[in-house]
Amino acid sequence: MTQFQTEIKELKEQVIEMWQLVHSQLTKGLSALLNFDKDLAREIVMIEKRVNAAELQIDKNSENILAIYSPVAVDLRFVLAVLKINTNLERVGDIAEGIAKLIIDTDKPFKQELLDHTQVVEMYGEAVKLVEEILLAFENEKTTDARGIFKRDEFLDEINKKANHLLIIYLKDHPEDLQQALNVLSIIRRLERVGDQAENIAEEIIFYLEAKVIKHTQRKGNGKNA
Amino acid sequence: MESTIVSSRNFNAYFGTNHVVKNVSMDIPKNNIIAVMGPSGCGKTTYLRCINRMHELIPGASVQGEMLLHDEDLYSLNPILVRLKIGMVFQRPNPFPNLSIYDNVIAGYKLNGFKLSKKERDEIVEHSLQKAALWNEVKDTLHKKGTFLSGGQQQRLCIARAIAMEPEVLLMDEPTSALDPISTSSIEELMHELKKNYTLVIVTHNMQQAARVSDKTAFFFLGELVEYNDTREMFINPKDSRTQNYITGRFS
Repeated sequence: MTQFQTEIKELKEQVIEMWQLVHSQLTKGLSALLNFDKDLAREIVMIEKRVNAAELQIDKNSENILAIYSPVAVDLRFVLAVLKINTNLERVGDIAEGIAKLIIDTDKPFKQELLDHTQVVEMYGEAVKLVEEILLAFENEKTTDARGIFKRDEFLDEINKKANHLLIIYLKDHPEDLQQALNVLSIIRRLERVGDQAENIAEEIIFYLEAKVIKHTQRKGNGKNA
Repeated sequence: MESTIVSSRNFNAYFGTNHVVKNVSMDIPKNNIIAVMGPSGCGKTTYLRCINRMHELIPGASVQGEMLLHDEDLYSLNPILVRLKIGMVFQRPNPFPNLSIYDNVIAGYKLNGFKLSKKERDEIVEHSLQKAALWNEVKDTLHKKGTFLSGGQQQRLCIARAIAMEPEVLLMDEPTSALDPISTSSIEELMHELKKNYTLVIVTHNMQQAARVSDKTAFFFLGELVEYNDTREMFINPKDSRTQNYITGRFS
């Protein structure tokens, strides 16, 4: 393996490592939400510092590869995709941190009825799965798996769309839970953005592997056109 | 639509029985820079030398197929005439060592027996050196020997000598491989200027140079033209796995 190929391989490993950090933030966040575990939520905020450091390192290493090796073709597409995936992952980390801070700032445990009514836990589980699956698509270089993300994200969009309506119904019966309901709504909005970031990452993986630019095209849903 | 200036159809070149260019068909559009790249021994330089009929100067060399200049078979024309229309710049700058800068530029006219007045000669020298971006550096030392110039200047002098004959096509065989990065950069800048008036075909081992300067790139491998496409497309998304392996350094 040439020095260049070694550096490309190391860059990929660094991205996967960052991905795992972000994934751990999300899974810990789900657990912190369910168990109202503020310590765990604080841990997520701490992990965010490592995610930020990883983002800077990946940016720097990508810049070095571009400057020193002037990669072309699949290697160029890989580095360009990594630069964008890096930003997307960091944003997922920010989202996980935001959810953790909401949990820290909440006075009392979330009511199970509220969580069930809004499907936020189900949504959270789906968001975590999206991040896991898109990581596998990246690791295994499988664009079919990356394309699967577009369909899966629709579920998150659906819950997000009906969240206002469901919360209005809930608040009619439980007006005393207004603060909690607003926090849950905020979590739903954030989880929906996790789905958007996963979609962006899927687009980058397809660009890297197939040299196809599918952003802003009618490729979402069943992926027939992409 | 781009008009084609040179095209080859099922073109083959041989050294004796050694088949070095195999069935190559490609169109070279006017006022473009075409980069020809590939590993050593892939036939790229031979193909280039076939375009102005220099290949046949080698004993035992032969060609088969069509090589057209404006739809006219190059191999049915007078080879001297072909080389006037299709100039060549070589890997190492090769100004005539005993001639001045001035005489180097008009050497093609002298060697071909053209009679020119002093005024005509002066005009050709100035015009050619200006086009080769060398005039400002040598206008006060035109009667010094060309070999006193730096490597990059010597190569620009060779370009001036080639374009003095007003060719339509300029072939360049690794024109910057013997030059330092600054001189390389000035030759590359010059290529962009030259393509306004000429069509350039450049053989290069430097892939980044091909990516920087050319409009289209041809990739040769084992004598075959594997891929010929717009340069940007080829360097982002090569269609053939052999091209991808070559440009990404995965070639074995």
